[in-house]
Amino acid sequence: MILSIFFHWFFVCLTAPFFLGVIGRVKAFASGKVGPPLLQPYFDLGKLFRKRSIYSRNMTWVFRLAPAVTFAAMLAVSLLVPFGALKAPVQFEGDILLIVGVLALSRFFMIAAAMDTGFSMEGMGASREAFFACLSEVALFMNFITLALLAHSLSLSRMLGADSPVSWNLLGPALLLVVASFFIVFLAENCRIPIDDPDTHLELTMIHEVMLLEHGGVDLAYMFYAAAVKFFIFAAILVPIILPVQTEYLCVRMMSFLGGMLGLSVLVGIVESSMARIRLDRVRNLLLISFALAFFGLIVALWRG
Amino acid sequence: MGLFNGGNIALTDIPVLTSDEFRGEVVRHCQSGDRLVNLFGSSDGPQGVRLFAVLGLEDEGGLLVLSTRVLAGSPSYRSITRDLPAAHLFEREIAEQWAILPEGHPWLKPVRYHVNYRGVADIWPEIERRSIPGVYPFYAMDGDEVHEVGVGPVHAGIIEPGHFRFQCHGENILHLEIQLGYQHRGIEPMLCGRDLKRGVLLSESIAGDTSIGHSLAFCEVVESLAGVMVPPRAQAIRVAALELERLVNHVGDLGALGMDAGFLPTSAYFGRMRGDYLNLLLALTGNRFGKGLCRPGGVVFDMDAGMVDEFCYKLKCYKKEFDDVSGLLFSRPSVLARFEGVGVIAMEEAKILGLVGPVARASQLEQDVRIEYSSGMWQYYHIPISLSATGDVLARALVRRQEVLRSIEFLLKILPGLPKGPVSAPVGPMKADSFAVSMVEGWRGEIMHVGITDDQGSFTRYKVKDPSFHNWFGLAQAMRGQEISDFPLCNKSFNLSYCGHDL
Repeated sequence: MILSIFFHWFFVCLTAPFFLGVIGRVKAFASGKVGPPLLQPYFDLGKLFRKRSIYSRNMTWVFRLAPAVTFAAMLAVSLLVPFGALKAPVQFEGDILLIVGVLALSRFFMIAAAMDTGFSMEGMGASREAFFACLSEVALFMNFITLALLAHSLSLSRMLGADSPVSWNLLGPALLLVVASFFIVFLAENCRIPIDDPDTHLELTMIHEVMLLEHGGVDLAYMFYAAAVKFFIFAAILVPIILPVQTEYLCVRMMSFLGGMLGLSVLVGIVESSMARIRLDRVRNLLLISFALAFFGLIVALWRG
Repeated sequence: MGLFNGGNIALTDIPVLTSDEFRGEVVRHCQSGDRLVNLFGSSDGPQGVRLFAVLGLEDEGGLLVLSTRVLAGSPSYRSITRDLPAAHLFEREIAEQWAILPEGHPWLKPVRYHVNYRGVADIWPEIERRSIPGVYPFYAMDGDEVHEVGVGPVHAGIIEPGHFRFQCHGENILHLEIQLGYQHRGIEPMLCGRDLKRGVLLSESIAGDTSIGHSLAFCEVVESLAGVMVPPRAQAIRVAALELERLVNHVGDLGALGMDAGFLPTSAYFGRMRGDYLNLLLALTGNRFGKGLCRPGGVVFDMDAGMVDEFCYKLKCYKKEFDDVSGLLFSRPSVLARFEGVGVIAMEEAKILGLVGPVARASQLEQDVRIEYSSGMWQYYHIPISLSATGDVLARALVRRQEVLRSIEFLLKILPGLPKGPVSAPVGPMKADSFAVSMVEGWRGEIMHVGITDDQGSFTRYKVKDPSFHNWFGLAQAMRGQEISDFPLCNKSFNLSYCGHDL
């Protein structure tokens, strides 16, 4: 048990930043550039971990605690998510509620830390994050409910596992809606274009990045790492829904999982290179579309089931 | 007294009105369709200050110069701004430079935070020791739900310093106040005197991205006063360089607009294409920003036949590339959704604020020095005016695209038929006691330089007006009621100069 927990963490920490590197390469390729090396996120993290954090006199313990809480929350959530052949070390009925709860905890601390800086722009980012989170969490929940109905279980591992009764042959229409809705939530939660722009330098337009402006050194490294792990977790939930590989060969399951993760990262890169960011006041429309798709997925699931 | 772009008149021929007549005339002209192009003060000896207004006459393509005297004993006059909002910043500048109080000015505050030129008590005590924006009382709003966001003067990214103070309600901007002046170098006093070699170098650095525009305006003032006939070949090369400068900046702006909207491919492509045009300028002038080309009397570098052929060949290739990439930018629904309806300035508003350049043309104001006040080459080769009607970010982007295409076509038209002959003429001494103006349509809009000479024929007053001086207030107005997250995009669509404003 303990060993599997540590192996799970080792796996997610080792692989998570790689997929951000893939997105960077795809975006660079679409712009006709060579782009940074695939391992650039690791280099960035290594650089940041060697630096010292700096705090202003106005900041309290909330600001210092937030990076640790955020990173720890992501590690905690990762224990509940199966990664291909790697079973989730922790699983029980109702663990999806814990996932959403712990994600909310990390967000709470990130927002509190942003407010703690007393910087007007961080406060603006915090209010945006809080508002959009309200909408995306509802859509996320709705997707989980649909999956739970289809899998007859409230455990994420059961919904996504190889022994899951969820398959495209039987439940195609509902799953299609869930995948579409979850993809929007995935982009929103991970601050990708078209909701947020992770590469912009314009503080006034940022959502997630603006909350990190005052973080530096090790603190910033934890925040970046947490973002990479979060991306990995959301992709790891989406990939098995799209590719429910039901086989006994662990190797094939692992390969299809990693292949799916890679494909999803490339897809995110393509989305980011082929469209502009939407206006901030239209983000809520997009998230409501995500909710509506999830809602119709639920209706289809109920009608079938 | 009327004159044309690039002309000069004797100071004694400029009518001196009483302060009330002056105010009445300026307002009457501007209400009947003419435009306030410049309003500034100049030392009138120990008696006081002489104010000059340069008005652009709507139908005649000429300029009208009026003046009035403000006596040192009572350094104030009734403000024009209440009747003519376009004079707002000019009057603040006069108050700061000459310590003259425009009575009844609705929003009197310093422009650049320097001591006045007359050496008397300033309107704002201890102005040079105040920090910018420092203790200045910003326009503030009350209310539990109103919050204030201050941005700058140090920005993310490599841009110039300026302070932006937003009054917001949630994500919406109720009011934006822009305070500049951080880059004040005292260009205008430095340009006085008779050292033209130094003057032309200074004029190239008034705004680094408009070196050709400003150095051309400077040369034209000098040539007008010295009575030089610039050889046609030099005029053509100057105009070609000016259009290249426009291409560089418009293409760069379109790329930056794509980047600020989060659309990466075009920002990378346009960024590379901007480099192509910079390299053409490099080939022509030896400097990527066109420094060292324009000198009083003509230009320093000539183009041989080989260079002309190469330029034409390259420009044809670049035109096709530009068509492709701008087609990509303007065909994306997600990009158009970001551009449309953001930062709208209606035509009437643009007229009241006195906006110039592509910003004014995007609000369908037909304003282009190349057409309205054409001089030199522009009298022989016409370039169509590029207009757009909606006044939003999209309109400003479309005007830029149209101007890029027309500039390339224009260059392809004039380069093969460059007039023969020398590229510079000797410059003699300048006329004494005269007033000379020159206007150039730089890529940001109307640049105006005015030179006033003393009885020795050296400059006693040199006035520089960058188009940004008109347009910054337009940006502040355009942001009202907009989302604060759209500010960077809207700011980029104006792309105004900080140092051109701060001088």
